[in-house]
Amino acid sequence: MFTFTSPNYEPFVWPFSIGMATLLIYITIKYIKWIYEFDKANRIKILKGLFSLGTLRSVKEIFLESLVHRKIYRENPMLGYMHMCFGLGWALLIIVGHLESSIYQASWANTPYYSIFFYYFLPAGAEYWGDEVFGFLMDLILLMILSGLFIAWGKRLYSRMVGMKKTTKQRPYDRLVKGVLWSIFPLRFLAESMQSAITGHGSFLTHSTGEFFASCLPVETLSYPLWWAYSLSLGIFFLLIPGSRYMHIPTEMVYIFLKNWGVKLDVKLGPNGELRGLSKFEVYSCSRCGICLNQCQLLTSLNNESIQPVYFLRKVREDVERGNEINNCLMCGRCEELCPVDIDLNALRMMQRQDHSVVTDETYSYIPSLSKTSPIKTGEEYSGCRKVAYFAGCMGHLTPRVIASMCNIFNKAGVEYHFIDEGGGICCGRPLRLSGNRAAADVLMQKNIERIVATGAEILVTSCPICYKSFKEEYELPIMVMHHTEYIDMLMHCGALNIRKGKERLVFHNPCELGRGCNIVEAPQRVLGAVGEIVATEFDGKASLCCGGSLANTVISPIERGRIAADALSRYTCSDPDCVVTACPLCKKNFAKVKQPVPIRDISEIVAERC
Amino acid sequence: MVNFGFTISVTRAVEYDKNDKGCAEYVALRVPSSSACIGCGGCSATCTAGNLTEFNIRKIQMLMKRGENQLYKEQLHKCMLCGKCLTVCPRGVDTRGMILAMIEYMREK
Ligand code: SF4
Ligand code: SF4
Ligand code: SF4
Ligand code: SF4
Ligand code: SF4
Repeated sequence: MFTFTSPNYEPFVWPFSIGMATLLIYITIKYIKWIYEFDKANRIKILKGLFSLGTLRSVKEIFLESLVHRKIYRENPMLGYMHMCFGLGWALLIIVGHLESSIYQASWANTPYYSIFFYYFLPAGAEYWGDEVFGFLMDLILLMILSGLFIAWGKRLYSRMVGMKKTTKQRPYDRLVKGVLWSIFPLRFLAESMQSAITGHGSFLTHSTGEFFASCLPVETLSYPLWWAYSLSLGIFFLLIPGSRYMHIPTEMVYIFLKNWGVKLDVKLGPNGELRGLSKFEVYSCSRCGICLNQCQLLTSLNNESIQPVYFLRKVREDVERGNEINNCLMCGRCEELCPVDIDLNALRMMQRQDHSVVTDETYSYIPSLSKTSPIKTGEEYSGCRKVAYFAGCMGHLTPRVIASMCNIFNKAGVEYHFIDEGGGICCGRPLRLSGNRAAADVLMQKNIERIVATGAEILVTSCPICYKSFKEEYELPIMVMHHTEYIDMLMHCGALNIRKGKERLVFHNPCELGRGCNIVEAPQRVLGAVGEIVATEFDGKASLCCGGSLANTVISPIERGRIAADALSRYTCSDPDCVVTACPLCKKNFAKVKQPVPIRDISEIVAERC
Repeated sequence: MVNFGFTISVTRAVEYDKNDKGCAEYVALRVPSSSACIGCGGCSATCTAGNLTEFNIRKIQMLMKRGENQLYKEQLHKCMLCGKCLTVCPRGVDTRGMILAMIEYMREK
């Protein structure tokens, strides 16, 4: 195919070809290395997934997310359009360009560069099927990319134009690569315009500008160097990709396939504490779009602009010191919720927290064995059909009113329940886990499982979303686990509670661990709607703010927690509600520490009053 | 001896000059809020571990500041890191952070 005398060859194709070949070899080796690190279960998933629906889903997702950037559209249409121009625009340019050149050549097997530099090779006066339509399409696509480029320039000057308060501070190297990327399309535009003036192809865009250039510039001399420049910019860009943030372009696509095939994040680090397998793909998939930045309350309330995923993942990639970034995060999940690439941001951070726990048989031997705790009623002693075990949790014990309300609700609904930690129980272990101390957390988990199972209950109800998440995700309990919002919702649904609706205007603060963490959004809304008037805010459901009390952050001081809480409260109360309602004792406690414009109450307190 | 329902601590001297202040210095640096403690004991009163055993977070802080590390070293791991102490402290002391810092210090030692 490489006939050097061929009319379809020019030396300027080399920079592009070398760049592309090098990049392809580089990423192939890299990806194979990472996949090689997968554990057996994950490798089997890949094999099974290859010929499954997952592959089709991936193609769809790549189109919608990597090219159209649907999620960014939802965030901000202008920003979405900008990303779409580059993603979809470039892909279309390649696809349509290839189609056009293949039709002209009546063969699909062209050298890759042929379609890229097609208009150079196309002789003057050549005619082929659909030439006008293709010319028009190619110009339209180029125009679309150029318009995206204009927005990108605008964004540099004024980031609020695309709805972003802060944009990522990119490294000089990344800025350089971006410069090269941004030069590609204008160069193509110029080269095609000049060429159009010579050979007469092109459509509304390149043809018109070509005629204009011909009237004032020596197009014959300029066109050839411009094709060289275009090829060079492409080649250099490809060569620079591996060390830059643009590695996300190929990596994200592979990640989408792996995700859809069901490959799971391997939370174990390698022998030297390095990330392996899927986490590598995730880290390199970050496009440093900076959407996570504006989500993070450590930035908005504490002015900390260094720990957000965009910078954290960069440090992981560069493998530099990141102790502070690892620990200074609320794990509120606000960033993960909106990350357009769907990276497991919390998990990636969590797995790097060190386990400092020293647990021997002695360590927790002080926790009384079952016989010494409150007497256990066995299953037979219950009369109701649904036997309930209630777990207030450590934090629950800090809010006696929540406990009293729950007992009240149980009594009113005629439910017999067993209060597991009535006399003060032990911690669920999640706070230990969140700070990295997994070994100790496992011991507490075992002790709690014994207690829960011994009650013989069918439903475990807890008031604390932190406990709830660990019961649900880590404990693998043989019984149903419900947060009290879900449980109250169920009681309401089956008519066990008679609730009188009030006139109070309520704003709901959905605790991080409950809404984003465990996907519980509708139950609290239904309960709230039954007791009062819901006032909608922009922070409803999974868009909720963090109260700042999160035990996952082991760096910030209580004063800083207070600042986050005060900011969150003022944002919740812009619409002047009568009360801010939450469903987490820690949230309630943490909000209680700062000046409260309106009362902060737990959802169970309101229900207990009104039933 | 007659049991009055309370005991008086045995008199003993704190050897400030000889004690190892390394941990105290490390904690003071890592958790600046630790200096705000007034020894009210709120943290110990609410402590999940302290409700079940001889584990006194207020006392541990005091021993740590005095440099009597040997007296509490073994105790540290009884803490469940539940964060109640941090939530109740009226002085905004990051007690949970202090425990983590102490554990880290002891581990590096
Ligand atoms: S982590 Fe996600 S949201 Fe943040 S910069 Fe990377 S891709 Fe964007
Ligand atoms: S989890 Fe929350 S605190 Fe942590 S980086 Fe994301 S938004 Fe910020
Ligand atoms: S206490 Fe509530 S709002 Fe605060 S971090 Fe925990 S779950 Fe989130
Ligand atoms: S509650 Fe706070 S001020 Fe009181 S003893 Fe504990 S740490 Fe010190
Ligand atoms: S974090 Fe430790 S010291 Fe503090 S209350 Fe919980 S168990 Fe006690």
